[in-house]
Amino acid sequence: MTLAKEGTSYYVPHGSRWPITGAVALFLMMGGVSTWLNGSGAAKWIALLGLVALIYMLVGWFSDVIGESEGGMYSAQVDRSFRMGMSWFIFSEVMFFAAFFGALFYARQLALPWLGGDGAGFFSNLLLWENFEASWPSNGPAGVGGEFQSMGPLGLPLINTIILLTSGVTITVAHHALKDDKRNVLALFLFLTLALGFLFVGLQAYEYIHAYHDLNLTLESGIYGSTFFMLTGFHGLHVTIGAIMLTVIWFRCLKGHFTPNHHFGFEAVAWYWHFVDVVWLGLYIFVYWL
Amino acid sequence: MSTAEHHVADHAHDDHDHGPAKGIMRWLTTTNHKDIGTMYLVFALIMFLTGGTMALVIRAELFQPGLQLVEPAFFNQMTTMHALIMVFGAVMPATVGLANWMIPMMVGAPDMALPRMNNWSFWILPVAFTLLLSTLLMPGGAPAAGWTMYPPLVQQTGDAFPFMVFSIHLMGASSIMGAINIIVTIMNMRAPGMTLLKMPLFVWTWLITAYLLIAVMPVLAGGVTMLLTDQYFGTTFFRADGGGDPVMFQHIFWFFGHPEVYIMILPAFGIISEIIPTFSRKPLFGYESMVYATASIAFLSFIVWAHHMFTVGMPLAGELFFMFSTMLIAVPTGVKVFNWISTMWRGAMTFETPMLFSIAFVILFTIGGFSGLMLAIAPADFQYHDSYFVVAHFHYVLVPGAVFAIMAGVYYWLPKWTGHMYSEKLGKLHFWISTISVNVLFFPQHFLGLAGMPRRIPDYNTQFADFNMISSIGAFVFGFSQLLFVYIIWRCVKGGEPATAEVWESPAGLEWTVPSPAPYHTFDVAPEVK
Repeated sequence: MTLAKEGTSYYVPHGSRWPITGAVALFLMMGGVSTWLNGSGAAKWIALLGLVALIYMLVGWFSDVIGESEGGMYSAQVDRSFRMGMSWFIFSEVMFFAAFFGALFYARQLALPWLGGDGAGFFSNLLLWENFEASWPSNGPAGVGGEFQSMGPLGLPLINTIILLTSGVTITVAHHALKDDKRNVLALFLFLTLALGFLFVGLQAYEYIHAYHDLNLTLESGIYGSTFFMLTGFHGLHVTIGAIMLTVIWFRCLKGHFTPNHHFGFEAVAWYWHFVDVVWLGLYIFVYWL
Repeated sequence: MSTAEHHVADHAHDDHDHGPAKGIMRWLTTTNHKDIGTMYLVFALIMFLTGGTMALVIRAELFQPGLQLVEPAFFNQMTTMHALIMVFGAVMPATVGLANWMIPMMVGAPDMALPRMNNWSFWILPVAFTLLLSTLLMPGGAPAAGWTMYPPLVQQTGDAFPFMVFSIHLMGASSIMGAINIIVTIMNMRAPGMTLLKMPLFVWTWLITAYLLIAVMPVLAGGVTMLLTDQYFGTTFFRADGGGDPVMFQHIFWFFGHPEVYIMILPAFGIISEIIPTFSRKPLFGYESMVYATASIAFLSFIVWAHHMFTVGMPLAGELFFMFSTMLIAVPTGVKVFNWISTMWRGAMTFETPMLFSIAFVILFTIGGFSGLMLAIAPADFQYHDSYFVVAHFHYVLVPGAVFAIMAGVYYWLPKWTGHMYSEKLGKLHFWISTISVNVLFFPQHFLGLAGMPRRIPDYNTQFADFNMISSIGAFVFGFSQLLFVYIIWRCVKGGEPATAEVWESPAGLEWTVPSPAPYHTFDVAPEVK
């Protein structure tokens, strides 16, 4: 605001205690979890304290940003910074998932065939894993984790696909309603989106219980279990975060935030939601289907 | 300022010309790109000395054959920690610090685009390195399997294991946030008239570096996450009995690792491309080809990674593909070296400290580039792999390469930051001692490697004794001469001959249009670029 008088409208905040709070929170969290993994049970409370501090930081930081946004301090240029920042953040998330998809492809296309005697793997197969034939799904030549059944593409995963695709439609309807200033439609369809999101997470939890209890498919079921649970698990975590974000903007919509022309917060969440949607399609094709 | 309304009201009453806050809170809560740049640079210097001390432990042990000073296990901890600290704690934060200080001034922006996130990405770093360094005191000691963390060896790490993994997650988060900030600043905050092809080359190289960072740091995070779950939660990503493959980790690691080496060198290219024109008193030769060469190097960096793995067992087609793609990198790199030399050709050259470091960079980095070309030849690499030749190669591109460029940049911009000239006499002394000792340190390592001395080993055959002793002498001279660098900076901060706005003779760039020291806020009103 004062900056505007000086001839530029770019808002530069004067100091904030949230970043350093976040750094301390991460220290407690990461240090706590590490000590916990080393066998000190009490350390989990330090990790929990760190998590609470991190949530406190996120709430505080976002409150400041929302307050500044509603206070009209963000020019079109600031808005553009946020858009670019969010896009690149989502790109970094894409690359994170790429590592796990890469591991899946490598294991299926190269590692397992080699263990089965393909190409230069002939001798290691003969000497170490005789009679092992590569196939998918697999828990490796030693059958790590015991016999298991894999998760097929029909049933729950198909329902989940439909749920996520539908939520992609509902959030688009909500976005158009926001642009047309139809606040009731906006609130309804945004609520539908987040409800579908949480439903997806619930069904995914149910699927995990089914896998552990009925299929003997666990995180320890060799490379199939590893890739299945790490890919769907990180995706589920991202859906959960996305659904929480949807809940936040739903409450903001109910409070009357966002205008037809100025609603970056809404769009950021929508982009994120489409991102988890697209990752799911990759998962559905390569983890459940093929 | 916990409630938004309060914040808004508070801000409206702010006097715009206020300086920094007082005391420690200035540094903890700052959103100013100059403050944050300073913190990055100071942090990098502390880490440079820490990692350097570890290097001296290594060279002290290798001074003579036999085991004299440290246990082999501790020696391995030193090699591992030295690398992690120098890569993630010294070189990368130093270039981010330079970016923070210079990019907003170079593009005519009031600050970085996302100032609060800028603060966070810095303060995560001390957290990450506190976690990492604390492992030195733990049962089992610090990580000792090398900075590449190959399984299954790395799975023998003691209590340090989760600390190593999580500190790498944090370094990655810090780098990604820093990189996002830099891209957004460059793409969205340029002054009117500053078109993309008018940007200083340091800005260009950082733009491309930031893109590399965002593309590969998450992949490293994924890789170490798999290490963590293999270790504690029973997954088998890197275990053949469960259908995984330890070599898969090497692929994931080097998909990150190769772009990572360009992340360390591209900003250095940018710094050198700023300095050489100034002291040659000529514009940079082939500006656009520099931009395209940088982009080409960045693109190629994604398709060469397995040249680090020629000896682990790969199909022949893979060996050939990665050999030829690696050799291709020599083309854009050659363009750059040609352009730097052509810039100097028939220039009215003077040899102030930044220029001396830059010229040394061009020559010594090129030596490192040539040994890299040798290593790129797959059949030859079977001989060189994991030998001291590799150590000599990457230290040539990183020490008289990246580190010299950073030092050149520090000397070049120090008067702009402090408002004082540094001591040219001491600067030149620092340059000559460093340049001579760095060659005494690393050049004999080529011979050691070619003669068959393996890397990461605390003891060696007596045939390697002479060159190891020479190398260690060079190491100690180089190491202690860096205290001179610290002294020169400290003296320059405290006082000295006042610097003019231009500092040097008609240097190009917006940063030289503001007074020295640069005011706390620059370009609140965007300058017009013709």
